[in-house]
Amino acid sequence: MKINGKAVKFGNNIDTDVILPGKYLVLFEPKELAKHAMDGIDPQFPEKAKKGIIVVGGKNFGCGSSREQAPIALKYSGVKCVIADSFARIFFRNAINIGLPLMECEGISKIVDNNDDLTIDINHGKISNNTKDKNLQVNKLPPFIIEILNDGGLIENLRRRINKNE
Amino acid sequence: MNITEKILAKSAGVKNVYPGDIIDSNVDILMIHDLTGPLAVKSFEKIGIKKVWNNQKIIVVLDHQIPAESIKAAELHKTMRNFAKKQKLKIYDVGKGGICHQVLPEKGHVLPGEIILGADSHTCTYGAFGAFGTGIGSTEAAAVMATGKIWLKVPESIKINVNGEFKKFVTPKDLILFTIGKLGAGGAIYKSIEFSGSTISTMGMSGRMTVCNMAVEMGAKNGIIEPDKTTKRFLEGRIKQPEKAFELFRSDSDSIYKQTVDINVTDLEPQIACSPSVDNIKVVSEVNNIQIDQAFIGSCTNGRIEDLRLAAKILKGKKVKDNVRTLVIPASQEVYLQALKEGLVETFTDSGALVCGATCGPCLGGHIGLLAKDEVCVSTSNRNFIGRMGSKEAKVYLASPATVAASAIAGRIIDPQKVEI
Ligand code: SF4
Repeated sequence: MKINGKAVKFGNNIDTDVILPGKYLVLFEPKELAKHAMDGIDPQFPEKAKKGIIVVGGKNFGCGSSREQAPIALKYSGVKCVIADSFARIFFRNAINIGLPLMECEGISKIVDNNDDLTIDINHGKISNNTKDKNLQVNKLPPFIIEILNDGGLIENLRRRINKNE
Repeated sequence: MNITEKILAKSAGVKNVYPGDIIDSNVDILMIHDLTGPLAVKSFEKIGIKKVWNNQKIIVVLDHQIPAESIKAAELHKTMRNFAKKQKLKIYDVGKGGICHQVLPEKGHVLPGEIILGADSHTCTYGAFGAFGTGIGSTEAAAVMATGKIWLKVPESIKINVNGEFKKFVTPKDLILFTIGKLGAGGAIYKSIEFSGSTISTMGMSGRMTVCNMAVEMGAKNGIIEPDKTTKRFLEGRIKQPEKAFELFRSDSDSIYKQTVDINVTDLEPQIACSPSVDNIKVVSEVNNIQIDQAFIGSCTNGRIEDLRLAAKILKGKKVKDNVRTLVIPASQEVYLQALKEGLVETFTDSGALVCGATCGPCLGGHIGLLAKDEVCVSTSNRNFIGRMGSKEAKVYLASPATVAASAIAGRIIDPQKVEI
């Protein structure tokens, strides 16, 4: 899986209340949630994300509540992939489970600027900053996680595995 | 192995585990609530399995937006009720339970040595009982409902040794705020935090729950405390099947910790997390002059009877400042009833505070007590992120029930040690 897009950058400790404030949790439709993505920090974000972007976070991206609506809002607003220096664990799992690719890469926030053109190679754990002509090798995700992402999320993955066993 | 590793090994049916191992664990209890549950139900239905893996092990709690604050919330609640009925799940509906993390232990659903998952980040609270509790998302909860299993990465562990006795009006909340200040909001990402030492072993279950509750505020996977006689005493009369044996795991003396932190609470002063981040910790007396508009005593961090007693002790015979809305929200119906019996509800009402029924309330800005632009709230809850309790331009400070009660009287943030009672 290879993903290409322009970077939109955020700082450290971006929490899920900022990614999707609690008052929108009663919304159910992914497209409705997407309208409020990053509402707590950048109300213009959904407009920016429309074209298909890569979010670059600092440390502890996605900390706070377990709300899966946070990665859902990002995914449906147009975010193709999230890379960060580090992720909060529930956000990390949630993103994989809903089929939003992500990769952890310490120091990434230092070498990417807003609007840089990035290519992420999930299968090989490679991040290329095409604007700055820099390549980074990171720890690959375990094969079963790549499989979940390739299936489009945990539910699809589970369905496929259950059908195979039947 | 330490306690977390032992529980994880047991859950995966293996002899030993090491940090970094990815294991396939059997889940003992799964909790879903009114905000994360509907999405889990939707995902579960997509999987194409008719029945949940075990209807005795899935608990539904309606707590975040109860009673329904909008038609949308009412619809979500209905979804949960219908699902619980169809799958024959235990559900704690409006007026029957309270905040999930209070209700599960109270009703005997949390046992030492078990794997408890919740579609809520503060599921780490159950570590207070020597269980492995961790939060997951809705889709993952759906997968657990289908399979009863989850993959987990065995975390590295941090040990926090706490010794000494608290001064008057200094509480477990001050200890955990201090710890967060020391380690930082990302100081324990992916890690397990084990709390031990004489302060912890003399602490009651309420304080232990407060401490473990906020482990996730440092990014931890779980917080945990070795179960002991205090734990057993709490469980007596609450466990549905007393014959069901549970294991009291303890950490081996040669357990490996990535980091060990020693804290002595003897001289600890009341602590406060200043807006807008949970690790922006200061000593309360240093932030003395902040005027407040709202004071909130409640949440899964500090809405227990011990917390209410402490607040009532300070508020008894006093009036909260005219311009301070003071909300007291017991964490559960059981706590509410106890507070009524002890006359605490009267004390609060007399002082000018509003006592509401058991719910998460303003903690997550869902309903009851939201903040307007530029308003300031001092709260006993666990998060002060931007917009957490309403307006993005409001400020939230986190402190102990003693500090919040004292501040409500003073109309500004104040060290409870400075109020006369
Ligand atoms: S009281 Fe607050 S932190 Fe606790 S479960 Fe409810 S919303 Fe979450």
